[in-house]
Amino acid sequence: MKIFLAFLQKEFWHVIRDRRSLVVLIGMPILMMLLYGFALSNEVKNSRIAILDLSKDDITRELTQRLDASRYFSVTEYIQSPTQADQLFRQGKVRAVVIFQENFQRNLLQANATAVQIIADAADTNTGSTVAFYAASVIRSYQNELQELQKLPYRIHVESQMVYNPQQESAPNFVPGVMVLILILLCSMLTAVAIVREKESGTMELILVSPARPWVMVVAKAIPFLLVGMLNVGVILMMAYTVLGLPMRGSLVLLLAECGLFVLLALSLGLLISTRTDSQQTALFISLVGLMLPSLVFSGFMFPLENMPKPLQIISNIVPTKYFFSILKSVMIKGLGFSYVWKETLVMAGMTLVLLTLAVRSFKIRLA
Amino acid sequence: MISIQNISKSFNKDSVTALRNINIEVERGELFGLIGPDGAGKTTLFRILATLLLADEGRAEIGGRDVVRDYKAIRRTIGYMPGRFALYQDLSIWENLQFYASVFGTTVAENYERIKPIYSQIEPFKDRRAGQLSGGMKQKLALSCALVHKPDILLLDEPTTGVDPVSRKEFWDILQLLRGQGLTIIVSTPYMDEARLCDRIALLQKGQILEQNTPDGIVSGHSEPLFSVRGPNMFALLQAVRLWPGTYSCFAFGDSHHAYLRPGAKPADLKDFLHQKGFENVAVEAIQPDIEDIFMHLLPA
Repeated sequence: MKIFLAFLQKEFWHVIRDRRSLVVLIGMPILMMLLYGFALSNEVKNSRIAILDLSKDDITRELTQRLDASRYFSVTEYIQSPTQADQLFRQGKVRAVVIFQENFQRNLLQANATAVQIIADAADTNTGSTVAFYAASVIRSYQNELQELQKLPYRIHVESQMVYNPQQESAPNFVPGVMVLILILLCSMLTAVAIVREKESGTMELILVSPARPWVMVVAKAIPFLLVGMLNVGVILMMAYTVLGLPMRGSLVLLLAECGLFVLLALSLGLLISTRTDSQQTALFISLVGLMLPSLVFSGFMFPLENMPKPLQIISNIVPTKYFFSILKSVMIKGLGFSYVWKETLVMAGMTLVLLTLAVRSFKIRLA
Repeated sequence: MISIQNISKSFNKDSVTALRNINIEVERGELFGLIGPDGAGKTTLFRILATLLLADEGRAEIGGRDVVRDYKAIRRTIGYMPGRFALYQDLSIWENLQFYASVFGTTVAENYERIKPIYSQIEPFKDRRAGQLSGGMKQKLALSCALVHKPDILLLDEPTTGVDPVSRKEFWDILQLLRGQGLTIIVSTPYMDEARLCDRIALLQKGQILEQNTPDGIVSGHSEPLFSVRGPNMFALLQAVRLWPGTYSCFAFGDSHHAYLRPGAKPADLKDFLHQKGFENVAVEAIQPDIEDIFMHLLPA
C-alpha cells in the first residue's frame, strides 16, 4: 500500500508538471465541443423560403407571418406561379416553397379540409426533409390552435410527433455523441502513452528492478487521469448546458457517476494499449485511429444501429461507446433514473474490469 | 556472490550474438570490472543479471538466487544503475530519491548514513529537477537511488560514461568506499584507465571474454615487449610502422603509437626502416604495457 501511494504521488507529479499537455488536455475538449457542437449540426436556421399564395386571405397571411417569424425561416420571395418556383430552386435562392391552394380559408372553415403544399429542395436530402418538417410543424401548430378555439367536431387528426426533441434540434442528439467521442479518444490517449512513455524514456528499466508489482504500476497510472477525465466531463457538461443549450433532465449525480465509469473504462482501454505497445507513436495511432472509427460507427449517434446488417449489430455489442451513448441519452435527455440504465451500466463495469485485468496481465515484467 | 555460467544471448532471431559462453565468478566484497568498448555486450550481461532479460543459454545466480526463477527476490535486494539515465527527469533530486526509497518500503532518513558520502554532494541542489543536472550529478543521483534501500550487491552499467574527469574520480572514490563497507560491486566501463581501480576485471569484446584476472595479473601475464614510437606526421608514421614486416600490431595511443613486434624483430631495425621511408627524428622506446595495450593486443587482428 505504501508502494502504491508512492507511485500515486509520482504520477500526480508527472501530470501536474507537464503544464503544456495539461493545457491541451483541458483545452481540446472545449475546442472539440465547440467544433462538433456547432459545425456538426443538422439544424437548419433562417432558411429562405418563397410563398405562393393563391388564396390571399386572413389565414394564409397569418400562416405566412408565422413562418417568417419562426427562427427557422425567413420569407424572402412572394411568387405568382409554380414555374417561378422552379426558377428559384435552380438559382438556389430558396430552400423551400410553400403553396397555399385557392380558397384556403373557405375550404378550411366550411369543408374542414384544405391543402397546403410544401416543396423543398432535396438536393441536400437531410436539409430538405428538415426544412419540410419544420414548415409542416409550424402549420400544424396553427391548425391545433384553430381547433382549440373553434372546437370543430368530429375531426380525427392523425399526427406523427417526435418526442423529447420535437424540433429535431441537433443538440440533444449530437452533444451526447460528441461527449462519447471526446471522452473515449481523450481518456484512452491519456493512458495509452503513459506506460509506453516509461519504456521509451528508459525509466521502466530501473523501476522494474524493484519490489513494485505490475498492478501497482498500472493502476497508479490511471488515477490522476481519472481526475483529468472528470474535469473534462465537468467542462463538457457545462458547455453542453450553457453554450449548446442542452437540457439536463436527469439526476446530475447519476450522470456524473456514469461518466466516471465510462472514463475509467476508456482509461483501462488505454492502459491495455500501453502495456501491449513499444512506442508512444504506435500507442497514439491505435488509440486514435483504432478507436475513432468503431466509436463513430457503432455508438449509434451517426448511424442508427437498428438499420445495420446483423453481423455489424453483433459487433456493435462489444463497442463500449454504444452503451455509454444510450445511457447519456436516457439520463440527460429523457431524464430517466438508474433503473432504466442498470443493464448498460453493468456491461460497462464488466468491460472495465476485463480491460484492466488484461492490462495488468499483459504488463511485461522484463524488457524483452 | 555472483555466479555466471555459460551465458549466451543473441538478438534478432540469432543474427546478432550479444554474448557467447560467458563465465564469471564474483566473490563477496569484490569490485569487479567489465572492461570493453561499446557493443561488447556489457549492457546485455547487466540486464540478464538484473533479471530484465532472459539468457538463451546458461544460468546466473546472485547471492545464491537464480536470476530467472527468483527474480522477485533479486529485484528486492540488488541496486541497479542502468547505462542510460533512468530516473524521472521531471522530478527533483529529492523526489526521485524519496520515491525510490518508498518503492523499496523504506525512507531516505533510515538509510541516510549509507548514501551520505554521495548524496551530500548533490544535497544542496535537491530541489532541482533531475533533467537539469549535469552528467556527473545525474550519476551521483542514480547511485544514491540505487543505494537507498541498502542493497548488498551493486550493478553499475557504465556509470562514468559522459562524466567529466573530476566527477569520474569522485565516483570511483565512492565505489572504493562502498567496497570498504562490504558491498559486492560489478561495474562496467569503456575506459581502460578505470580498470586499474577494480579488484578483478574481465576484458570483453564482441560478446566474448578475452581475459579475466586481476589488473596486475593481466599485465604480468603478457610479457611481450612493447615499444612506443614517436615522431613527426603521426598518421603517416602509423601506416609506415604497420607496413614493416616485423610489426605484429601498432595502434595510436595518445601522443605516441604503441607497437608490438614479432619475435626476433629488433626496434633498431624498425628505426632504420622508418628512416628509409623518410621519417626523421623518430624515437622508439621500450615501455611497460598497460591494460589498454594488452586489450588491443588481444583483439583478433
